[in-house]
Amino acid sequence: METEQERDSSPPQPGRRWVSALLGAGVLASIASFLYPALRYVLPPRIAESTSSSVVAAKVGQLKDNTGIVFRFGSEPAILIHTPDGKYVAFTAVCTHLGCTVQYRSDLHEIWCPCHNGMYSLTGQNVSGPPPRPLAAYKVHVQGEDIVVSRSA
Amino acid sequence: MAGIYRRIMSWVDERFGTGSVEEFLRHKTVPIHRHTIWYYLGGMTLFLFIIQVLTGILLLLYYRPTASDAFESVQFIMTQVQFGWLIRSIHSWSANLMIFLVFAHMFSVYFLKAYRKPRELTWVTGMLLMFVVLAFGFSGYLLPWNTLSFFATKVGTDMAGFVPFIGKWILIFLRGGKEVTGATLTRFFGFHVAVLPGLATLLLAMHLLLVQRLGMSTPPSVERAIEQGKEQRRSMPFFPNFLLRDIIGWYAALGVLGALAAIFPWELGIKANPFGSAPAGIRPEWYFLFMFQTFKYLPAKVLFLDSELLGLAVFSLAGAVWVIVPFLDYKAGFGKVTRFFTGLGIFALGYIVLMSALALRT
Repeated sequence: METEQERDSSPPQPGRRWVSALLGAGVLASIASFLYPALRYVLPPRIAESTSSSVVAAKVGQLKDNTGIVFRFGSEPAILIHTPDGKYVAFTAVCTHLGCTVQYRSDLHEIWCPCHNGMYSLTGQNVSGPPPRPLAAYKVHVQGEDIVVSRSA
Repeated sequence: MAGIYRRIMSWVDERFGTGSVEEFLRHKTVPIHRHTIWYYLGGMTLFLFIIQVLTGILLLLYYRPTASDAFESVQFIMTQVQFGWLIRSIHSWSANLMIFLVFAHMFSVYFLKAYRKPRELTWVTGMLLMFVVLAFGFSGYLLPWNTLSFFATKVGTDMAGFVPFIGKWILIFLRGGKEVTGATLTRFFGFHVAVLPGLATLLLAMHLLLVQRLGMSTPPSVERAIEQGKEQRRSMPFFPNFLLRDIIGWYAALGVLGALAAIFPWELGIKANPFGSAPAGIRPEWYFLFMFQTFKYLPAKVLFLDSELLGLAVFSLAGAVWVIVPFLDYKAGFGKVTRFFTGLGIFALGYIVLMSALALRT
């Protein structure tokens, strides 16, 4: 296109400018209409999340004193700990630093994130290492044989 | 704006030598004559191939290549993912249009004798590309794991088993076992998204390099008319004149594809059941119909040969002859009229059209 204009020494006609503008707008509009479906396609459709706010994490007697297990709570892992003094506590198992899954360290009596050596106390408080915030705590109560964990809210 | 552009280009040129490419493009021309229209088919095929690559990558975001998940994942794409039906339908439609264009491109090149010296290798790489494209079609057909594709694959791979001596081995290699199972699906997926794209890229690069180096062939009939002074030799610059015409064609093709995909979304069918019966009216994709129909007409035994073996042998031989046709029809390279090969082309085209039509009627 440019070469033709260079060859053409007379100033561009107003009609021609209109045609170019219309052509350009048309091309831009069609490119947008090709890209829009592709962009929408790339974003995954929302999948209904499990809405339950409580889950049976374990059976009574399954967890010895001073041990912990990681279980599924909705779409995320959570941790249930039978503390050395015989209490049950539960937290989200997603480390507040970079999202690794934490574990219970029986030898240290603390919750440990192996990715960057983050430490949390048995109240979920971040005590050493890089984690910036405490782990969110869940409620635990025993219903018959079941240990039920529920969201605090 | 133009100043910055020029400075960037000269920066790149100093390091990469883009100037020689520009120089080449400036001098490249495309002959103009009454058959010029056929020059657009190759570019159009390339465009649809690019569409296949792009939509194929998008499909990969959600597709799962296992017997238990494949059908459901395509169903998910068609019903849950936004515009998923559009992307998949475009992939299917574009695949079929591309195969049609490959055939059209091949026959136009054949009848215009564009394969004659010095373009023999362009023809050979083009033929190999066609086989790759057919393999793309065959392997991709299985991926949605529906009844039709399952049985088409069963029959198609079964035929490979008739190859003398190594048939059993080929069959097991293709199927990943003795039967068509989830292992076959995973294998075909690998062929479809890794092996064949690699091969296609390599062959395409060679094909395009040859086309650029040798330029477009002027058909012998036009060449003779020019020699006899009945016609003037005319041409247009490749860049931008021919390329802009190409782009208009691609733009139109995209419109046609979008319309086809929107009005006739590609069906998904019923999930394959490896232990169910083959449905009535089963047949392969249209581009394999002429072979399928031939196999129907062959008697069970011809002399001492099984019909499948005979059919396979004839088609392999015909395919091989077709690949090396520039070397058989070498006289066309000296400007001779070679009616026999034109006749052979008409016979091949007629045979394919007739057999496909017969298969479609029944």
